[in-house]
Amino acid sequence: MTGILEAMSGALAAGAVKVVDLTHTLTEDFPTIVLPPEFGPSAPVRIERISRYDAAGPAWYWNNLSFGEHTGTHFDAPAHWFTGRDIARGTVDTMPPEHMIAPACVIDCVAESASDDDFLLTRAALENWEATHGTIPAGSWVLMRTDWSQRKGAAFANLREGGAHTPGPDAGAIQWLVNERGILGFGTETIGTDAGQGGHLDPPYPAHHFLHGAGRYGLQCLTNLHLLPPKGALIMAAPLKVHEGSGSPLRVLALVAGDTA
Amino acid sequence: MDTPRGYDGVVLAVPVTVPYVRHSTDSTQWWVGRALSGLAAGAGVSHREFDGLSIASFSLAPDNTIGLTQHFGLSPRFIDFVPLGGVAGVVALRRAARAVQAGDADIIACIGADTNAPQSFRQSLENFSRFSQDAVYPYGAGGPNVSFALIAQAYMAASGLSRADTGRIAVAQRANALKNPHALMKKPLSLDQYLNSRPIAPPIHLFDCVMPCAGAEAFLVMREETAKAQGLPFVRLTAAIERHNGFPADPVMLRGGWVRDVDTLWGMAGVEPGTVDLVQTYDDYPFISAMQFEDLGLCPKGGAAEFIAGHDFTTTGSLPHNTSGGQLSAGQAGCAGGHLGLVETLRQLTGAAGERQVEGARRALVSGFGMINFDRGLGSGAVVLEAA
Amino acid sequence: MTVERPRKNPLHRTRQPLLPPGARSRKAHLLTVAAAEGRFALPRCGDCGTYAWPMPEACPNCLSADITAADAPVGAVLLADTSAEVPADPYFRERAPWRVGLAQMDCGPIALVHLHPAPQAGDRLKLTLMLDRAGQAVLHAGPENGGDMRTDKQWQEMVADPRGRRVLITDARHVAALPLARKLADAGAAGIFMGLPEGWKPLENRADFEAVPGLTFVALDLASDRSVEDLVRDIGGKVEILINTADNPRPGGLMAPASATHARMAMEVVAFGLMRLARALGPALAGRGADGGDGAPGAVAWVNVLSVFARATPPEMAGYAAAHAAALSLSHSLRAQLAVGGVRLMTVLTGPTEDDWFQLAPQPKVTGKALADAVVGGLMRGLEEVVVGDVARDLMARLAENPKAVEHDLSQGKL
Repeated sequence: MTGILEAMSGALAAGAVKVVDLTHTLTEDFPTIVLPPEFGPSAPVRIERISRYDAAGPAWYWNNLSFGEHTGTHFDAPAHWFTGRDIARGTVDTMPPEHMIAPACVIDCVAESASDDDFLLTRAALENWEATHGTIPAGSWVLMRTDWSQRKGAAFANLREGGAHTPGPDAGAIQWLVNERGILGFGTETIGTDAGQGGHLDPPYPAHHFLHGAGRYGLQCLTNLHLLPPKGALIMAAPLKVHEGSGSPLRVLALVAGDTA
Repeated sequence: MDTPRGYDGVVLAVPVTVPYVRHSTDSTQWWVGRALSGLAAGAGVSHREFDGLSIASFSLAPDNTIGLTQHFGLSPRFIDFVPLGGVAGVVALRRAARAVQAGDADIIACIGADTNAPQSFRQSLENFSRFSQDAVYPYGAGGPNVSFALIAQAYMAASGLSRADTGRIAVAQRANALKNPHALMKKPLSLDQYLNSRPIAPPIHLFDCVMPCAGAEAFLVMREETAKAQGLPFVRLTAAIERHNGFPADPVMLRGGWVRDVDTLWGMAGVEPGTVDLVQTYDDYPFISAMQFEDLGLCPKGGAAEFIAGHDFTTTGSLPHNTSGGQLSAGQAGCAGGHLGLVETLRQLTGAAGERQVEGARRALVSGFGMINFDRGLGSGAVVLEAA
Repeated sequence: MTVERPRKNPLHRTRQPLLPPGARSRKAHLLTVAAAEGRFALPRCGDCGTYAWPMPEACPNCLSADITAADAPVGAVLLADTSAEVPADPYFRERAPWRVGLAQMDCGPIALVHLHPAPQAGDRLKLTLMLDRAGQAVLHAGPENGGDMRTDKQWQEMVADPRGRRVLITDARHVAALPLARKLADAGAAGIFMGLPEGWKPLENRADFEAVPGLTFVALDLASDRSVEDLVRDIGGKVEILINTADNPRPGGLMAPASATHARMAMEVVAFGLMRLARALGPALAGRGADGGDGAPGAVAWVNVLSVFARATPPEMAGYAAAHAAALSLSHSLRAQLAVGGVRLMTVLTGPTEDDWFQLAPQPKVTGKALADAVVGGLMRGLEEVVVGDVARDLMARLAENPKAVEHDLSQGKL
């Protein structure tokens, strides 16, 4: 088996395999989920200087870093949702490390999302995708490409009357992906694996409901999905090993064949 | 009020002036030392023979008189500390006089001394008094100029005194100062220069103000027999008054505390008011000298302008006044300003005033005035001195 | 309307902050309290009723030691006046001539007063007890009918008039932010920087803000070091008045499920936010306390709009009250540090405001406009302590009487 890894190293060195960073820079002003005030809010990302070659530390630079588990480009573990509370190894510190490397299918929803902020991805659309690209393999990430990551600030959060208006999957699509295709997880470019108005679907927040209930994962606030092929990228998504963590900001990398990137 | 007992047998001797300088790097203790040395030399005895020491100073901290006894090797049986500004000289003299009269002491050195550094005037203003700290200094009125300007405005309006009148006082004093080698002011002053000088706090202008400086004034108080035994020229103290916060209900200071005691003064002296050969008033501003002419009975209240117009105040004039040049022209060496008139008078009445000697001077009035604690000068005092 | 502010000539010296003499007797600070709150009070004997001046330790009439600062009539007559042309004190020297007068108060005492340009000897006066640049109580005398205070540079030296000054309001989302902007524009502010935290969230009345002349939005999140520092780097040298409206009202007692989370966020904004602002903007403000001439006046005031719950805690707002109590405590430290530049720190304690977050609080609540009026009014009078709204005033009065009773009232839900 060492031959495969040697071949991989060689391919990376030669540029035959390229590394694509799917992560936003963790900044203080990156939008976070907004919940009604009766619910506890997530702390934002905070980067506070301890010293930078100054009186507080003449030779060294370092910061104090704080954030909620679900800030920036981040990972949702099954325990994040009530449906996943009984899943074995359902938190980021206990999840199987084999799940941190997996192939990805990228569903292009750019045109639909451009014309409809509240676009919902359906099972029919997924079947359509399979007609072109073949069956979604079990154990893969399904990444919903909307190019939403190209938006900034208010346009990205897109808060209006009734809350956020961002695209996401409908309940049927997620149930089909989980039950019929056995996917590892579902990823989006928006804040949340669910649509901005997903709380009004049945069940509320269907992506969270069904993914985590089945022990699957979520990735959100991804970027650079336009650099991935519809099929064939390998995703490396290893959340911080936070004790009993429900998720964490993380660095998401994709390996892609050089000629497709 | 009964007339106080007289000062029979009490005399002043040995006038000492430690020459003034505008700014001094020496401490006040140094100036006291020079004054003591001058007194000892003048008296022809060791300073250890002084069994009384009275000090008037604003800048002696952290010392007061008792520390100076060790500093200068004295063992007195009478000490006094009178940091009372312009009234300190009269107060020191009154207390010393009673002490020697009663035999509590034989020879009392009365010294007024203050040093002066460029910052010390302002620093002493900041710490002048509780009322000044709370209710004067925060108004940009630190120092006496503004407070006296307010009094001057009201007094001049009430009395009809003009700046030309007060100018005559200042101009005559400058003429006197030119004959005093110790005086800091060396140039003549004309009435025009006075009238056109820079406003400081109207109606107070530059030549209404004294120049703060470093210096010391000193004299000895003793009984007449002691002076005679030492062969010292002396003058007699014939009357003295002292009053503090004389008219607390007056809204503005249009009169000084002298008014309450002026009859006592002349009664003790046993002469008609104003029958003196020379006058030394406390002249921190010329208008205050004018107020003293009225309040000490030299002229009626409201009569200062006419009185000034009717007199020549130079040493050869009809009523020599502030013959040393006064503080206006000799300089104001802090608390020594209250002793200045006494020391000068001691010279005049013992014929030791040199070029500025007033011919035939036999009797003099010397007054003191001091401590503008808030809105008015609190202390007032006066003495009558007679040549031996 | 907003006032055109002359540009600074960079070749000219920036006037360094100097303060009028600040030493006072301990007893004299009885008057500082009244001046800070804008009340006219004088020392008065509790036994014989005689008013005194300056502050005595015993009544000069009857020697009673029962001396308090009591409300007093403001009328007086000018006995004499002068102008200090060459004061010994450097603060006054730089601002000379400085006009002062001797006033006879209707209630008896004589006092030296800072004097308006108009009154002449014999004229009737109206006295004000106010704070000077050193934060100490002083007497000012103006014309009996009030007079034009804009012509009195000495009065202007002591108050924090927004006219010609640029104001930073830290949080547009506060109910008083828009009325404050309007009021400041009316008062002649030269510009209004309106802080907007989390710009990615909508601001519903944005158009109303944009209609205020001279108003510019600036990104400012007091809960972020970087945001505060970046803003200060950008406009720190252009702020003459800061009005900190940042708040995070969330109901919830100590045992509420997310109490620590909400309290932490309130602390981040209200308490730590104030610290961030103080660290970044404090030195810039204090350093410009004496800057500028008549047309381009220097930095003058820092206003913290805080809840009266900083002084008394309703149990159902535990974390919120704690954050405001912390900010009030920090205000005192900040006041001392700004004082070196002669910059005034004004604390505004408001009762519950008329907005969604205080829906459960009883009426009368404080409207944004009432709060804005109080803030600008306080600046125009140079106050340090302002209490806004009947609820807050009542609470403060009850606190002064019996703090334990207030604690019991609040524990039973009686505001």
